[in-house]
Amino acid sequence: MQHVATAPPAAPPMHVEEHTTTTGLNNRKVLMWAFLGSDCMFFGALIIGFLVYRGKWIGHPTPHDVFDIPYTSVSAFALLMSSLAMVLALAAIQRGDVKRLIIWLATTSGLGLVFIGGQIYEFTTMAAHGLNLSVNTGGTTFFVLTGFHGTHVTLGIIWLLSLLALAAQGKIKQGNSLSVEIAGLYWHFVDIVWIIIFTVVYLIPV
Amino acid sequence: MSAHAPSHEVEHHPGPKQYIAIAVVLTAITAIEVAVYYVPAIRPVLPPLLIALSAVKFSLVVMFYMHLKFDSPLFTWMFVFGLTAAGFTAVGFLALFGFVHMGAL
Repeated sequence: MQHVATAPPAAPPMHVEEHTTTTGLNNRKVLMWAFLGSDCMFFGALIIGFLVYRGKWIGHPTPHDVFDIPYTSVSAFALLMSSLAMVLALAAIQRGDVKRLIIWLATTSGLGLVFIGGQIYEFTTMAAHGLNLSVNTGGTTFFVLTGFHGTHVTLGIIWLLSLLALAAQGKIKQGNSLSVEIAGLYWHFVDIVWIIIFTVVYLIPV
Repeated sequence: MSAHAPSHEVEHHPGPKQYIAIAVVLTAITAIEVAVYYVPAIRPVLPPLLIALSAVKFSLVVMFYMHLKFDSPLFTWMFVFGLTAAGFTAVGFLALFGFVHMGAL
């Protein structure tokens, strides 16, 4: 019987992100969730610091003297919409749409920059009204809490812009969308921290 | 190296339309939060109302945008552990110091 030569079977597509732990889960994703769990405790401590001294501030101005709720509501909305843009970016790359990924990553970064710009303006206005780190415990706890949150957002923006550059170079594809997902987890976390801060610090009256 | 166990990830994530619908809900809740802030009659119940509304927003983002509802329970446990630790610490510190007059601070 004549042997019919056949072409070797095609190699299965390489999944570059299949580095799992014994749990069967990707170790980078496990690391990010562990980090987010620890960051809950970090921001929890800062929020507790604000709440413990709340209403016991000596001297003026206090944080509530200088809050502009409508203004902060707009920046809170910007951050909320950036979360939508981020999840749409992930959905885009998971179906292989790199063009939409770039658009939504740029949108997320842009809205993040709007938020940070708003924070900078807000802080400078507060400082002009006399609220700073040393005027009273209200100023100290408020600026430490929101300052650390702003730092988290800034680092997130840098991360997103890095992903944007990689996507523009064609280095992010459907098969390695995990990098976008992990950045998304971080970005959504800074959003939910602001959800808590906006309510607990700004809205709940003393 | 032996083959790893299959991932626990479930491929039933929401789509763009659902994400947008959730964003509309989040926006509406934020608008309600700001609106009730200016209603004097609601002031007595404002703190628990605002906390409840923000808890809903928090849950929506965590469950759907962060995909915790559709992902491995291990991620939920990891996140909830940190959240619970922070929560208990908050309750403890507020119970210890929150209702005590601190004097000149």
